[in-house]
Amino acid sequence: MTGSAAVTVLLFAAAREAAGRGRLEVPHREGLTAADVWKNLESERPALAPLAGSVSVAVNHRFVPRDTLLAAGDELAFLPPVSGG
Amino acid sequence: MERFRITAEPLDEHAIAEGLSTSEDGAVVVFSGIVRTRNKGRKVLHLEYEAYEAMVYPVFERVAEDVSRRFGVERLRIHHRIGRVDIGESSVLVAAASPHRGSAFEAARHTMNEIKRIVPIWKREFFEGGDVWVEGPKEPVTE
Repeated sequence: MTGSAAVTVLLFAAAREAAGRGRLEVPHREGLTAADVWKNLESERPALAPLAGSVSVAVNHRFVPRDTLLAAGDELAFLPPVSGG
Repeated sequence: MERFRITAEPLDEHAIAEGLSTSEDGAVVVFSGIVRTRNKGRKVLHLEYEAYEAMVYPVFERVAEDVSRRFGVERLRIHHRIGRVDIGESSVLVAAASPHRGSAFEAARHTMNEIKRIVPIWKREFFEGGDVWVEGPKEPVTE
């Protein structure tokens, strides 16, 4: 899998722990959305399921809706409710 | 002094305000958020912060633009710790300078509210008997 044909997926905090890792790559295909990637992750890692309703999605460091189409080379991140400060 | 900073080193509430105000300013507000020993009836031992650093900086920029639009405050700094932070230490500093105190207070308050709403930083609370990820607003951010 080369970087240009893949989407980099980052998970943080509770999502990282539930997935057992903080970074992976998934192959890109036409029409792929952030929601598709989450669904696949969740089926592999059921511990992610409780986070489904509260997780925010970012693509290339910007918040986006879940149905956002992904491009090859995108950095997709799943962010549990933030708690800085 | 950097405008925005994410660091594992202790924060300095004096340094963050140095050189921030101009001769036009009549107010500097520095807010320091510190780690307290009690939360939800638990005895807190320390906190650990994790950040999506590559995204934190652009979101800080977005917060500063919002503060500028809402309150006309242009001189704003935000410093946040990552890693372990002990009881009594600052986890976050916000400094705002403005001609008048009202807008400086509002800028600092709004900045803190936005940090807790959209800045991709998470804290894990270590308390007597366990540890837990603290979660902020459950409503996903979509824009």
